[in-house]
Amino acid sequence: MEQQKYAHLEKELSPKTPLLKNIVRAFLTGGLICLIGQFIALFYITYFDFTERTASNPTVATMIFISMLLTGFGLYKKISQFGGAGAAVPITGFGNAVVSSAIEHKSEGYVLGVGGNMFKLAGSVILFGVFSAFVVALIKTILVKFGVVSW
Amino acid sequence: MISIYITSFIVGGLICVIGQLLMDVGKLTPAHTLCTLVVTGSILDGIGWYEPLIDFAGAGATIPITSFGNALTHGALAEAEKHGLIGVVTGMFEVTSSGISAAIIFGLIGALLFTSKGNV
Repeated sequence: MEQQKYAHLEKELSPKTPLLKNIVRAFLTGGLICLIGQFIALFYITYFDFTERTASNPTVATMIFISMLLTGFGLYKKISQFGGAGAAVPITGFGNAVVSSAIEHKSEGYVLGVGGNMFKLAGSVILFGVFSAFVVALIKTILVKFGVVSW
Repeated sequence: MISIYITSFIVGGLICVIGQLLMDVGKLTPAHTLCTLVVTGSILDGIGWYEPLIDFAGAGATIPITSFGNALTHGALAEAEKHGLIGVVTGMFEVTSSGISAAIIFGLIGALLFTSKGNV
């Protein structure tokens, strides 16, 4: 078979990535998780002494707690299968990565299994987050020192 | 007051769509996608664009992982403003402490409470 013909045939036969479907699902799942976060933030602003700025801290912790429960009962996996990046990108996805590796490696013991593997997936996020924050903050601090930009 | 719920839904959803596009169109693994978004959030804070987004979208900007990079940079910059270069290191986790400590604590509690049946 000619190469061109083969390429055409391959394109026709291989399953199409349902891009639009994935995007819509990611949008709805991610948006819904953020909306829930907004309601939790409102709860902390109304009933505790938090401002709109500081409320994000307890909100993130609460979301990770919810994520722990959902992961433990096996529900977060289902949300991930439906939402794709919509479930992975919010902080609940970070919590899910930590909790699921902790539970999965429980059989190897608490020190070597849970302790050693907890940040197996989330570790790279922390590493690159910290390193890029270091570089960005360093550059900005030096630029401010030389009077190029201001805080 | 109602508008913040609409903007948080839309902005949070859109950030997730960017992640989905990186995975589907850019062919990145989920781990690469999350790292890209964290680095993006950190750079956006460096040029001062992330804080206005938080004002506009609330949790729509603070819940996606981009806010992790933003918060790390923000803590580092806030401390650097006060103490100079050394503040970059000492201030880094000032804002993000709750996310990391919650992940560690609930990770261990989760491991104590639940056992894997191949569904986590």
